[in-house]
Amino acid sequence: MGTVRSWKQPAKSWLMFAAAALISIPSLFVFYWMLIVSLKSDVDSQAYPPAFLFFEPSFKSYGDVLTETPFVKYLINTLIVSLGTVFAGLVLGLPAAYGIARWKLHAWSVGIVATRMIPGISFLLPWYLLFREFGLIDTYFGLIIAQLTICLPMVIWLMIGFFEEVPAELHDAARIDGCTEFGSFVRIILPLTRQGIAASSILSFIYAWNNFMFPIILAGQKTRTLPAAVFSAMSFEQINWANLAAMATLVTLPVLVLFGIAQKHIVAGLTSGGVKG
Amino acid sequence: MNATNRIRLTKMLFIAPASLFLFLILIFPILYTLFQSFYNKKLTQLTPPKFVGFDNYVRALQNPEFWNSVQITVTFTVLALAMQTVLGVALGLLYHQTFKGRGLLRTLAIMPMAAAPVSVALIFVMMFNPTIGVLNYLLEQIGLPKSLWIYDSHSVVPSLALVDTWQYTPILMIMVMAGLASLPSEVFEQAKIDGARGWQTLWHILLPMLRPFIVAAVVFRLNDALKTFDTVYVMTQGGPGNSSEMLNIYLYNQAFAYFNTGYASAIVILFTLLVLLLVSLLIRGRRAN
Repeated sequence: MGTVRSWKQPAKSWLMFAAAALISIPSLFVFYWMLIVSLKSDVDSQAYPPAFLFFEPSFKSYGDVLTETPFVKYLINTLIVSLGTVFAGLVLGLPAAYGIARWKLHAWSVGIVATRMIPGISFLLPWYLLFREFGLIDTYFGLIIAQLTICLPMVIWLMIGFFEEVPAELHDAARIDGCTEFGSFVRIILPLTRQGIAASSILSFIYAWNNFMFPIILAGQKTRTLPAAVFSAMSFEQINWANLAAMATLVTLPVLVLFGIAQKHIVAGLTSGGVKG
Repeated sequence: MNATNRIRLTKMLFIAPASLFLFLILIFPILYTLFQSFYNKKLTQLTPPKFVGFDNYVRALQNPEFWNSVQITVTFTVLALAMQTVLGVALGLLYHQTFKGRGLLRTLAIMPMAAAPVSVALIFVMMFNPTIGVLNYLLEQIGLPKSLWIYDSHSVVPSLALVDTWQYTPILMIMVMAGLASLPSEVFEQAKIDGARGWQTLWHILLPMLRPFIVAAVVFRLNDALKTFDTVYVMTQGGPGNSSEMLNIYLYNQAFAYFNTGYASAIVILFTLLVLLLVSLLIRGRRAN
């Protein structure tokens, strides 16, 4: 991407920088506001006019959230569900994506991507009824199954693009060396596509972590995840903005850090899938 | 077993687990919902549900609340997508250039799409607050009238579209950048030799060539925007009144607040058909181009 010459004079570089910086301000401001409200005292957080820069910073809200609410428990729940979803998504999704790419089974890829189009709430009602029958409400297993419906098609969709880039001769060479199809997949193909695997794992993790609609119905006291916890805190704690902002920051920060680290690969994966899809 | 059969079996072993899972968890529930939609089932009622044929569908199609939510969903989607497409194309063109600090600024620009929608909604609720919110404070400083944002039935849908735009413009931007990167560099060179001015190049050469990428991104976003739930549910839960009650929220309330299982099932089917119809229309339009 970087080697493509721009269609305007590069002398205008500083102007581009200024424009880009200016346009980023609204994006960043929301994150900035989340952070500073969380660092204000209860009183300051509701003061008018609001302070943008100068106020007495305090970490009291973070202390409150971590000690006075079951935040840590919800954090562990969210980690279990998100990691479980990523793991199951890879185990099921990688072979499927590889099969589709290797034998050019385009009809399957269309079918799997089409499942992404159906509104999530369409499943939520029947799941709720069925999960009740089978005692899967408020279980990690039930939540992971639900999250997989979003993450599995995404893993497959992203990975098809990465597997297609592996030259066909490599499959054949491995087969001649006596590898079984599955053996060459595990020992040769997977290591070659580890960047793609990392990108789709992180993207699945982010989606599972952020998901709100499934846990508010399918989780209970025992397995509640962070987004659902933030929402119920909003209805009980409407007055204390600093604590709410601290919760929002704690939920958002890990994901932003992950995304920042893997951003290059995620963008590459999204665009290779997006251009073909 | 002969060789062809063995290959067929191998293919199946790779594809079957994921396909079977998706079938069981997605297709089966949809069929179950279809079945439910023909019964007058209510979760709270003890008597066994009766078969009522298409009654639930007729009820939905005759219900002004249903059409109200269809209209709000469409308004929201059109507003949000219009803003995101214009901004996303502009940002994509900007970030295709090479300039100092581009990498860092690009990372910052796409970050909103990774943030938890619930957290985003929570912060916007604070910023939208009409009396002590920071947005009205800023409007006041530059001499513009204050707004009631999500607390007024006229401004609630545009405000929600604004939040959606804040969060998902990066998706448009990324796909436009991918499109630009895939264009042959001769396009840019040729334009320069011909002496075409910047805007003419943009309008007559770049945008037509980018169209397939823009359409792909819009289809992707259209699908998500029609299904927007998290931010709306957290910020307004459909209110004030039912002025932001999009289909997803209406459906959610019918199913999980009033437990009208049969009626909600019929709406699920209608909603799914509507989404698939709109998306396939756009894809067909794309092919025609």
